Amino acid sequence: METLKFDLDTRPLREVNQFLHADASGLNGQKVVIENPNGAHNIAVGLKADLDVTIKGHAGYYAAGMNQIAKVTIEGSAGSGVAENMMSGHVHVKGFASNAAGATANGGLLVIDGDAGLRCAISLKGADIVVGGSVGSFSAFMAQAGNFVILGDAGEGLGDSIYEAKIFVRGKVKSLGADCEEKTMNAEDKQILADLLKRSGHADVNPDSFKQYGSARTLYNFHIDNAGAY
Amino acid sequence: MSDDKSKNTIHEIPQTKPRQSATFDEYTNSEIRRAAATGIYDIRGGGSKRKLPHFDDLLFLGASVSRYPLEGYREKCGTDVVLGARFAKKPIHLKTPVTIAGMSFGSLSAPAKEALGRGATAAGTSTTTGDGGMTPEERGHSTTLVYQYLPSRYGMNPDDLRKADAIEVVIGQGAKPGGGGMLLGQKITKRVAKMRCLPEGIDQRSSCRHPDWTGPDDLEIKIAEIREITDWEKPIYVKIGATRPYFDVALAVKAGADVVVLDGMQGGTAATQEVFIEHVGLPILSAIRPAVKALQDLGVYRHGKNSVQLIVSGGIRNGADVAKAIALGADAVAIGTAALIALGDNDPHLEAEYQKLGTTAGAYDDWHEGKDPAGITTQDPELMKRIDPVKAGHRLANYISVMTMEAQVVARACGKSHLHNLEPEDLVALTIEASAMAQVPLAGTSWIPGVTKF
Repeated sequence: METLKFDLDTRPLREVNQFLHADASGLNGQKVVIENPNGAHNIAVGLKADLDVTIKGHAGYYAAGMNQIAKVTIEGSAGSGVAENMMSGHVHVKGFASNAAGATANGGLLVIDGDAGLRCAISLKGADIVVGGSVGSFSAFMAQAGNFVILGDAGEGLGDSIYEAKIFVRGKVKSLGADCEEKTMNAEDKQILADLLKRSGHADVNPDSFKQYGSARTLYNFHIDNAGAY
Repeated sequence: MSDDKSKNTIHEIPQTKPRQSATFDEYTNSEIRRAAATGIYDIRGGGSKRKLPHFDDLLFLGASVSRYPLEGYREKCGTDVVLGARFAKKPIHLKTPVTIAGMSFGSLSAPAKEALGRGATAAGTSTTTGDGGMTPEERGHSTTLVYQYLPSRYGMNPDDLRKADAIEVVIGQGAKPGGGGMLLGQKITKRVAKMRCLPEGIDQRSSCRHPDWTGPDDLEIKIAEIREITDWEKPIYVKIGATRPYFDVALAVKAGADVVVLDGMQGGTAATQEVFIEHVGLPILSAIRPAVKALQDLGVYRHGKNSVQLIVSGGIRNGADVAKAIALGADAVAIGTAALIALGDNDPHLEAEYQKLGTTAGAYDDWHEGKDPAGITTQDPELMKRIDPVKAGHRLANYISVMTMEAQVVARACGKSHLHNLEPEDLVALTIEASAMAQVPLAGTSWIPGVTKF
C-alpha cells in the first residue's frame, strides 16, 4: 500500500493537521507519514478518524493530543503531554516520553517503549498506558480510572490521591503517594495486565512479576483525622 | 423625698453600656466557636462578603456645556460586542456586553443551567460551562456557549471542544486565585459522577494546576494545540483571578489569548474555604486599569483586528456597574451571582425554608450542602423541580435587558453613541481608595493618588 507523505520542512503543520481532520475515506486505507517533525509541537492533534499516521522522528508537546480512533506512531521521542486527553485509538512512542504523558486520557492505548518523565498518567480518566521503561515522580497523580503498566521503576509519590485507576509496576517504587497502597492482584486484574502486555509488544513478560497498586480510599470523603495527609 | 432619691442614684456606680468589640465582632466569635467545635475550616459558596472599594465609589460626570449628550430614546447607543477576532475564523458576536460567567453542571442543577442558557440566548449573549463538562441541555439552550478548559479536565473531550463557540482556558477565578474546584459528596450524584469519571458521593477536590503545562511558555503551546484541534475556528479566552493583573494579562496575551477574562474577589464560587474567599485576591475595581495598561503596552487594546478583548467580572450588579467597568476599559462583563439571584436564588419568598437551614434570604451560601430551597445550587431531584427553566430564563433575560438599557442611559448622558466610547475621563471617585484603584480623580479635585500630586 502506498503512503501519503508530508514533509514538515516544506509544509506548514497547520495544513497537515487540517488535512488529517478531514474525512479519512478519501485515503482508501493509505498510511500517512510525517517527515522531518524536528520536535514540532501539536503534530497530529485532534484526529478523529481511522487513520494510520507515522511521525518519522521526534515530536514536541502534545503529539496526538485528544486522539480519537486513529493510530499514531512516533518513531522517536515525544515532548510533554503526548496523547493528552486521548479518547480512543492507539498512540505508540518508540523512544522516550517527557512529562505528563497520557495526561487525563479517557480511552485508547498509549504505549511508550522507553522511559516517561514526571506525572505520567496524571488524572488518568480511563485509558490504558504501558511504559516499557521507568516513570518519573508523581505519576498517576489523582488518576481516576484506567490501567497504568510500568515495566521499569516508578519515582516518588506514585499514585498520590489516586481514585479508581489501577497501577501495575514490575520494578521498584521509590515511594507511594497519599492514599495509594499495594493491592492483591486478582484474576481479573491479572487478565487485564496480561492483555495489555500482549497488546503493547511485551507478550513475553510474565504478569506475575508485577505488583499492583491502587487507592486505599481513605481520602474519598474529607475527614479531619486525615488532615495531615492533604 | 426627691432629694434623697437623687442622692442615692448619684452614689450608685453607673454601668457602661455593653460594648461589642470591633475586632472580635459577633461573626468572628461565632466562627471561632464553629472552628473549635468542628476542627475544620468553614466552606461556603459565593464571593467576598466584606465591604470593598467598588463601582459604587465611582460616579459619572455626564454631559454639560463642554460635552454634548445624546437624546435618551431617539439617538443610537450601540451595545454590541465582538470577541476574539484576532485569530479565530468565527469570532463571537454578542448584542450586549453582559455575559454569563462559568458555572458548572454539578454545582448547579440541570434546570438552572437550562434557565441560564434560555435567558442568555433571549438576551443575545453567551453562557459558559464549568468544571464537569458540557451537558446536552446546556449546548441545546445556549446559542453561544463558551466551553471551559479546566485543570481537572472533568468531562473534557474533543467533540465538545468542536461543539463550543469559544474555549476558555481557566487559570483561576476571583473567589480563589490559586485554588482548585471543590464539589462535596452530597452533590456527586450518579450523573455528575459519570460526567466527571469519579466514584459517586466522594468529596471532589479538583486540582489547582493544569496537568500538562506549567508557566506561560507552555500555555502558549497549549493554546496552539486547542487552536489546531479546532482548526483555528474558535476564540480562545484565558480566565484569571485578579492578583497581578498587569503581568498576568500580559502573559496571557503573549501566550495567544484572544480574550482575557479577569475575575475579582467578589466573584462567586460554588464552594471554597471562607478564608480563601475573603483573604486572597483583589477587588475588581483595583484590577481593571492595570489589565488595560497591559493590553495597551502590548498594542492590542482596541486596535482593530489585532485587539484582545477584556471581560471583567466580580460583583457586577446593574447597568451602572456595567458602564463603569466599560469606562475603565473592559469590553464586556460577566455575571454569576447576579444571574443566580435573577433565577430565584436567595429569594425572600423562601424565607421560612432558609430559617430552617439556620440562615436567612440573601445570606444563604452553604451551596455545597446541596439543600438549596430555590433548586438552583443542588442536585436533589425534588428541590430542582422548584425552578422552572422557562420562567427563570425569562427573568434572567429581563434582567440582562435592564442592565443593558441602564448602561445605555448612562452612556447617552455622557454623549456616547456606543458603550465602548465610555472612558475613564467620564468618571470621578467618591473615596481616596477608589480614586487610587480606578485611577480616576477624587470628585471635585484633579487628584489621583499615585498618579498626580494633591
